[in-house]
Amino acid sequence: MRKVCVVSGGITKFAKANLLTQEAMVKDAVDYALTDLDGRLDYKDIQSTICTYFSDHFNSQLLFDSLTQDYLAMCPRPSMRIEGGGATGGLGIRAGYMDVASGLSDLCLVYGFEKMSEVSTAKGNEFIALASDTDFDYPVGGFYSGYYATMAMRHMHEFGTTAEQFALIAVKNYDNAFHNRWAQKHERWTLEGVLKAPMIATPLTRPMVCVMSDGAACLILCTEEWAKKLRPKGDYAVITGVGCGTDTMRLGDRPHGDVIPLPGEDPAKYSYLKGRWPGLHCFRAAREAARQAYQMAGIRDPLHEIDFAEVHDAYASSELQTYEDLGFCLYGQGGRWVERGGPYLGGELPVNPSGGLIACGHPVGATGIMQGVFTLWQLQEAMARHCSDPAQGIDGGKIQVAGARRGLCHSHAGTGTYITVNIFERPQ
Amino acid sequence: MTHVYGVRPLQVGRHYEIDYVHSYGEVSDFFLGLKDHKLMATRCERCGATWLPPRRDCGRCGGKTVWFEAPQEGRVHTFSVLHFAAEAFLADLPFVLAYVELPGIDTVFLTRIKGCKPEEVYIGMPVRARFRRLVDWTPNDVWFEPV
Repeated sequence: MRKVCVVSGGITKFAKANLLTQEAMVKDAVDYALTDLDGRLDYKDIQSTICTYFSDHFNSQLLFDSLTQDYLAMCPRPSMRIEGGGATGGLGIRAGYMDVASGLSDLCLVYGFEKMSEVSTAKGNEFIALASDTDFDYPVGGFYSGYYATMAMRHMHEFGTTAEQFALIAVKNYDNAFHNRWAQKHERWTLEGVLKAPMIATPLTRPMVCVMSDGAACLILCTEEWAKKLRPKGDYAVITGVGCGTDTMRLGDRPHGDVIPLPGEDPAKYSYLKGRWPGLHCFRAAREAARQAYQMAGIRDPLHEIDFAEVHDAYASSELQTYEDLGFCLYGQGGRWVERGGPYLGGELPVNPSGGLIACGHPVGATGIMQGVFTLWQLQEAMARHCSDPAQGIDGGKIQVAGARRGLCHSHAGTGTYITVNIFERPQ
Repeated sequence: MTHVYGVRPLQVGRHYEIDYVHSYGEVSDFFLGLKDHKLMATRCERCGATWLPPRRDCGRCGGKTVWFEAPQEGRVHTFSVLHFAAEAFLADLPFVLAYVELPGIDTVFLTRIKGCKPEEVYIGMPVRARFRRLVDWTPNDVWFEPV
């Protein structure tokens, strides 16, 4: 398969409410990405598009992808809409990768958006909850914060993880987002403040839960030939690992069995789990996606071979669980890894240097692509240039991972029903 | 009359409602079973996996399943006390969402725990199924209470 490169990205400032139309938000993100290429890419050079958005319910406009394809002046070029809950953006990157790698397109614009503000928060939660089993789970009062809370409680029971450890992750992400002008929230939180905040579903308090948001994001994927033309200084990224995993729709149906080992791992190292995996405490789909992506990228020691990760932290607890699924630490050690400083800027493997979903916001269809944009900007050492706002005293350089060569973006749907892992690295 | 929420940009109200005639299809016996105070589950004839909620086709191997009655006493596998919910359930807050382990059932069953204070619920707590007298044909026709 052909090499696929990422040359530019664009996002809108994620906000509780953006009163522009969805199509205008998308165009703003696309214009940002094109402007960053200094006119080297002409609109007519885009050969195909991938459009990602999650919910028809939020807009009550079906075929929004046709509307945006048209609005972007992309007709009659080929396009496809990709949807997969919270993993929508990550799946979009996967689809764009497939488009270019297969030879069907030399240059693909992957764009995503979501506008969640036209309904109340409670109604929004209801729509998202409709992405769980509507015969058996939703009617009992299941909604996403509730499902994740039950998972967090089980992780605490299995491994002794604490609410404080989850809270540390929320504080970390808010602190990082403070230096990111695109983030929806610029707030300072203390550990105590997070723990004392209003409870959503035990043990998750309000600041441990991501916010609904309006936003758009895009990435331009292309062949290496195009990448060298568009980034003559060689500041493009290569997608070296692509993985996708799935799991049961109902959390209660998750099996109990043996861990899927990562490439190079001896399965015996997981014998302490006693065949109780993934159950409700681990994400099998994340482990499977990581296995595929690491295999493709030749990664045998993720903690030391990956420089940073943008991980889907819809909940501070799921970020902790994900450290373990991605092999940054052993299953059950996530809490201790946080306390040792592992995922912090300057730590062993900075996770969510951008501030993640918790602080940047989660406009579902755009999120996975937003992560890809931040990943690209890290590798281009361009965080200061893109994320600063001197007028507000924001210095994006503070969240630049120095010397970053390889980054991982992880996108996650439902209770882990779809999970994608995409690995970007600087060219050799 | 269109309701206006703002002028520049212009924000207007839009209303939409849907009524479905939804079929529970091949798992209808689960809901009909709740009316008879039974928890109806299925077992795969090929691999033996048991399913509650039930499935006609096994989620492990794709084999065909047969119905059987699940036991009604088990233990809390995990839970959470909800202080916020989807719009349809705001009036029920706070409530306890839980997954219950039942002997012989490979899956864990999502339900609510009632009949005790939320802070009294713990993982491993023994619970038993209780059923509504006047059913509503949803999984809320059953819930669990401490034994």
